[in-house]
Amino acid sequence: MNKVLMSGNNIIAEAAIRAGCRFYAGYPITPQNELTEYMAEHMRKADGGVFIQSESEIAAINMIAGASATGVRVMTSSSGPGISLKQEGISSMAACELPGIIVNIMRGGPGLGNILPSQGDYFQATRGGGHGDYRTIVYAPGTCQELADLTMDAFDLADKYRTPVMILADGMMGQMMEPVIFKKPKPRQYSEKFMLRGAGTGKSKFIRGLLLDPIDSEEHNWKLARKYDVITKNETLHEEHNIEDAQMVIVAYGTAARIAKGAIKRLRDQGMKVGLFRPITLWPFPELKLRALSSKIKNFLVFEMSTGQMLDDVRLALQGYANIEFHGRPGGAVPTPAELANVIARLCDKNN
Amino acid sequence: MAKTVFKRPKSLKENIFHYCPGCGHSIVHRLVAEVIDEMDIRGITIGVPPAGCAVLAYNYFDVDMIEAPHGRGPAMASAIKRTLPDLVVFSYQGDGDLAAIGIAESFHAANRGENITVIFINNAVYGMTGGQMAPTTLLNQRTTTSPAGRNATLDGYPVKVSEIFSQLRGSTYIERCMVNSPAGVNKTKKAIKKAFQCQVDGLGFSMVEILSLCPTNWKMTSIDSCKWMDEVMSKEFPPGVFKDNIAAAKKTVEAT
Repeated sequence: MNKVLMSGNNIIAEAAIRAGCRFYAGYPITPQNELTEYMAEHMRKADGGVFIQSESEIAAINMIAGASATGVRVMTSSSGPGISLKQEGISSMAACELPGIIVNIMRGGPGLGNILPSQGDYFQATRGGGHGDYRTIVYAPGTCQELADLTMDAFDLADKYRTPVMILADGMMGQMMEPVIFKKPKPRQYSEKFMLRGAGTGKSKFIRGLLLDPIDSEEHNWKLARKYDVITKNETLHEEHNIEDAQMVIVAYGTAARIAKGAIKRLRDQGMKVGLFRPITLWPFPELKLRALSSKIKNFLVFEMSTGQMLDDVRLALQGYANIEFHGRPGGAVPTPAELANVIARLCDKNN
Repeated sequence: MAKTVFKRPKSLKENIFHYCPGCGHSIVHRLVAEVIDEMDIRGITIGVPPAGCAVLAYNYFDVDMIEAPHGRGPAMASAIKRTLPDLVVFSYQGDGDLAAIGIAESFHAANRGENITVIFINNAVYGMTGGQMAPTTLLNQRTTTSPAGRNATLDGYPVKVSEIFSQLRGSTYIERCMVNSPAGVNKTKKAIKKAFQCQVDGLGFSMVEILSLCPTNWKMTSIDSCKWMDEVMSKEFPPGVFKDNIAAAKKTVEAT
């Protein structure tokens, strides 16, 4: 497979179709419209592919839930305000154990905010977002190549654990172009027993999240919790960059991690030993790996394009074993690597 | 040798309905199941029950079913039908589910001309939650949230779904029926069968609105409820065929 130059939103859509996604529903919202438009053009060309421009994000998430129940791979995408509307359906899919991919190309919030890149939806993505005791696997790609790879992986995970998976990127990731290679998707493994395709001459099935008996409902909640424990154990991903000799480590994900890499290059040119810890799964958060670093590194800086949300997870992971500083630019402001380098240089001066 | 004159439809499970005495849901469940039996489509049917009194419909219908969040049945049903076009897909919805919280999903499924069937139970009140005002509650009708009677100035007017949906170019067949008399029940069954046949023939969106009894929340006896439907409710919601484009749709399908 050759390298192709594509924008992030198109890459996600193309990777999804290659991974066997055959149902997409979405509602226009900036900065993710190219994804919906790509699906409109290409999904209908795929064998058995269905594209619906839904009347709302609420309809879109419930459409993918319905299609998922029939056994096809499904995706919907949106940005902040639309993802808020989808929460009802995400909770329902988690309860009914329906696989599906939800893409959030984050923009500035709260409320309508603006259409610029932001990371303000971390809490919403990682804390469940909707009602009830459930978790959503959250991938935070940091490059266009990762958008391609993790989109494909997301379908595998969603099937494996029968749960919704979110791809959390932002307007910068969605709009920028980079060369990518689409890997060969793995053959799908998903049992027909989970599919609703008409009872034929056999026993009819039903899929539901309503469990009126508290004992049944409690057991269902524990069953989901046990599944989430397995996911935490097996599926946590992160990247370490220039950690070996680092005296300070930046913790950042997605676009913020890209900016951090630029800052680290500048700082290292000046002789400052700074590294990066980049969570790739935001839930499950790579808590144990981060805590392990605190045995030798005592200074961490959390950098987010928000007022400090992942900061909570870093504090929980480090449990007071190291100092934690924070630098944030919320509301659609995107700092330059030079700005971040200056912030860190000042901190290093203070610490020395 | 005794002749069987009455039996449970095969498409109904052997469970006892949880519905209140005099409720119309059990009648309509039976009618839908009889139609599924008669059309021999049990094995290729998927049903989508609502949130509301019929939320447990999967305990009764012996066909594949998937629960929809409140009001979202037509969105789910649209997706299921598009994915599996050879199956028969119906959503079963109450007035709150369809005409309030789910009006957008229903309206647009009809407008897209989705080839699904909607069974719409209109009993002018929220049943499961205990008798609150529905979008179809009549003017001056007392409910727990319109204790002095529905007031047009404060609460707006009863929503006439069949009239509205029949104006959408996407809809093919829309009829309103009542289940407060044997004649009405027979008529309702014919309408349900016609709606399912419309779908099987690939002719587009069909909906049967059924005026249904709720003696518990109307605070009437079953007999008074049947009378009230004749004398009051059906004046606001007149029964009849609001749209029948089946013949025209057939021509279009045959031409393509």
